[in-house]
Amino acid sequence: MDPYIPHTKPEVEEMLKVVGINSTDELFSSLPQEKRVKSLGLPEGLDEFNVFLKLKKMALKNSDAQHFTYFLGAGMYNHIIPSAVQQIVSRGDFYTAYTPYQAEISQGSLQTMFEFQTMICELTGMGISNASMYDGASATAEAALMSVRFKKKYKILVSDALHPEYIETIKTYASGPQVKIEKFLHDKNGMVSIEDLKSKIDDETAGVIVQYPNFFGVIEDLKAIREVSKDVMLIVVTNPISLGILEAPGNFGADIVTGDGQPLGIPMNFGGPSFGIFAIRDDKRFLRTMPGRIIGETVDVDGKRGFVMTLQAREQHIRREKATSNICSNHALGTLYASVYLSLVGPRGLKEIGELNVAKSHYLLEKLEKTGHFKRKFSGEFFNEFVVETDINVSNFQEKLLKANMIGPVELDMFNELFKDDSQEKFSKGELMFCVTEANSVEEIDHLIAIAEAM
Amino acid sequence: MELIFEISKSGRRGFIPPKMDVKPYKLTSEYVRKNPPKLPEITEGEVVRHYTNLSRLNYAVDTGFYPLGSCTMKYNPKLNEKVASLSGFSEIHPYQNPETVQGAMELMYELGESLKKISGMDAITLQPAAGAHGEYTGIAIIRKYHRDRGDFSRDEIIVPDSAHGTNPASSAMNGFKVVVIKSNDRGMVDPEELKKAVGPHTAGMMLTNPNTLGIFEERILEISRIVHGAGGLMYYDGANLNAIMGQIRLGDLGFDVAHFNLHKTFSTPHGMGGPGSGPIAVKSFLADFLPVPTVLKKGEKYVFDFSHEKTIGKVRSFYGNFSVLVKAYAYILVMGEEGIKRASSMAVLNANYLKAKISKILKVPYNDRCMHEFVASTINLQDKGVKALDFVKRMLDYGIHPPTVYFPPIVHEDIMVEPTETESKYTLDRFVEIVEKIVKEADENPDLLKDAPHDTPVRRLNDTQAARHPVLRWKEN
Repeated sequence: MDPYIPHTKPEVEEMLKVVGINSTDELFSSLPQEKRVKSLGLPEGLDEFNVFLKLKKMALKNSDAQHFTYFLGAGMYNHIIPSAVQQIVSRGDFYTAYTPYQAEISQGSLQTMFEFQTMICELTGMGISNASMYDGASATAEAALMSVRFKKKYKILVSDALHPEYIETIKTYASGPQVKIEKFLHDKNGMVSIEDLKSKIDDETAGVIVQYPNFFGVIEDLKAIREVSKDVMLIVVTNPISLGILEAPGNFGADIVTGDGQPLGIPMNFGGPSFGIFAIRDDKRFLRTMPGRIIGETVDVDGKRGFVMTLQAREQHIRREKATSNICSNHALGTLYASVYLSLVGPRGLKEIGELNVAKSHYLLEKLEKTGHFKRKFSGEFFNEFVVETDINVSNFQEKLLKANMIGPVELDMFNELFKDDSQEKFSKGELMFCVTEANSVEEIDHLIAIAEAM
Repeated sequence: MELIFEISKSGRRGFIPPKMDVKPYKLTSEYVRKNPPKLPEITEGEVVRHYTNLSRLNYAVDTGFYPLGSCTMKYNPKLNEKVASLSGFSEIHPYQNPETVQGAMELMYELGESLKKISGMDAITLQPAAGAHGEYTGIAIIRKYHRDRGDFSRDEIIVPDSAHGTNPASSAMNGFKVVVIKSNDRGMVDPEELKKAVGPHTAGMMLTNPNTLGIFEERILEISRIVHGAGGLMYYDGANLNAIMGQIRLGDLGFDVAHFNLHKTFSTPHGMGGPGSGPIAVKSFLADFLPVPTVLKKGEKYVFDFSHEKTIGKVRSFYGNFSVLVKAYAYILVMGEEGIKRASSMAVLNANYLKAKISKILKVPYNDRCMHEFVASTINLQDKGVKALDFVKRMLDYGIHPPTVYFPPIVHEDIMVEPTETESKYTLDRFVEIVEKIVKEADENPDLLKDAPHDTPVRRLNDTQAARHPVLRWKEN
């Protein structure tokens, strides 16, 4: 018998009789019999405990954040997750529910999503948020397509200080509708070159995409970027955990804000799932072209407040090929992580967490520079990660860190293999990006510095 | 219930971060936030109570029968959750040295191999985050394949009129025109219609099989031949794979590209609408077009392979929804060869049993042998002024999640029922009793249905008001 399938033998026989057939094999009589498969070549099923042991063995082969200290970021971060987050998201009433199509028995899902939308508006300074996309990269690609739809123009300008995987995702999404993607460069501060951006905006440009803080950790001057980005949609990719202390992109006039929600209480999960943030200016014309599910407040027949999925006429199940996107499943459970996280930390906690990230990363940079082996690459202000150039033997350094139970910085030249064309400046060997969060204690940082000093 | 913002009290806290243990750093003032975000200020206990109480307003697989057609709401085993939360899987970073995540890469590789075996395909990517995302990826592969051959004239994707809405939408997002073909009177693709639709503009065809009526497209081999004969490729929408897994392989039916919905077929939970996971498997001639990176096994080591020359690029960051992959792999290990076959057998048995019973009560327009789901219609209740929507809303009062309603779009007043294999005969019989009761109520007291639901946390909600006067966030009065 199978633990997940309840049918007893007499029941099967009784049910077959009702159907009017003699064997379960007859259920498949409409399949082309000559193509039926005898054996898939899968192993025999295992009991629960042995599957657990097998997978535990695999898990133990990995170096994880319970046993190692992380100085690695670049789009995925090791932050402290308050204990209550996991407890709440593990409730079956949440995680085993489907999309809330039946609103009357889904008010739990719908209200948390409505609250989530509010929190994202508050964080980003935008007027409207949807109920999530898949991740930061795909959300940003969808934002690019939305600006094309809205402006009816076919060129998108992308900062080369945007995360390389986001750039590659945008390029993929742009290929179908034949949107032209052009990059603008960063300057020696690691910030958008305003001159270069200005020179590339033309009548064909629908949108401009920048990241804040950007891929190199540097905080962009959104005011200056907005000033030169006239008559185009400004899309700002953000790290939401930084917005406890950084000015909201909405206050600089962003038209769309996207980003990855992982820092808000979601484990790193080897890269997913997290969720994609998608927020827009409070503008009805924008709203009609926005992708993804949106939750709205309404009343029931007795006048009681309730929540529903709304403005569905934009979506694929109604509009089919004319929909604003093909997105159906989103990452709702990720938004629950974020809602619980933000409710727990509150405005004061988020500010303190931001201050810890800024202070600790600057502490590490200062000490690294003192060793004489590391040189800060960009002079721009940063949030919790920074790029340095080094002359030491990097693989030797990484190995020593690993032996000391530390996961070292990202080596930027790892991204070179992602770029199939030559439009992106290649990273050089010896360019490292360190990340420090509130989860790194001063002792751990000092330990890393001691290893760096000895190189 | 009160919104979390309405129970907030200035100064309260639910979580205290560690103390500052280094010298504080002052950022340039122009970047520093002037007004803090208005997030809730409440204690941990209040947060837990708020969300726990909200969760109790939800219906879920853990609380009851969820016969939502096309959604495969099967039971979500708890072992899956336990293994996915092991720190060796959940607390690892996508960019750490592959030498330090060999176990995770092994799991991705092994899951890929299992899915290839189940589908009869040759190569796989685990990157797409959902079914529709998989469709997007698969159609992008088909587009690039034709262009790589120097064929730029293929700008059409064929979909049947019974297809999921994501099929035409995924095609359109890839820049294709959508050619819709009408189903025949048995609810199937008509090969004659298809022959008229294909030609030098055909890039491919998207097909769900069994289709959204729950009927297996009997002439699938002929359909594949027609599309291939015209130079197009065959795309398999995996939403309904639960009906045939282990019985027949997609590769043997002529499909070139297929997606899996791990959150349907392979028992991972739906999480209120996501995350899912939508891996794409292809035949070997398309392997080089897959998104990068894929996981390879070299000797005893697992490596990320970026070498695909013709790759469509990336469709998202990192490698996919890894923790969903862990859950799906745990499921496959528990089920094994026989379990996978038994799952589809029992899913189809459940649907046929239920159809046999329901067809005595409601109209079942395509009453052939069904696969894992079937479509019934409440059209006979129309003279009482009762719509399918009223019918399913009344089900809520009986504590049951209704079937999908008004889909597929080719049947009037339809409900689409997918019981899945994890439901017992007892549960199905109870469902039949409820349907019987409601039909009787429709006859005796139709207002009971028109005003339903009566016993839910809220009653029927005003969708029109929500759309006309959108209130999409909370604001302080």
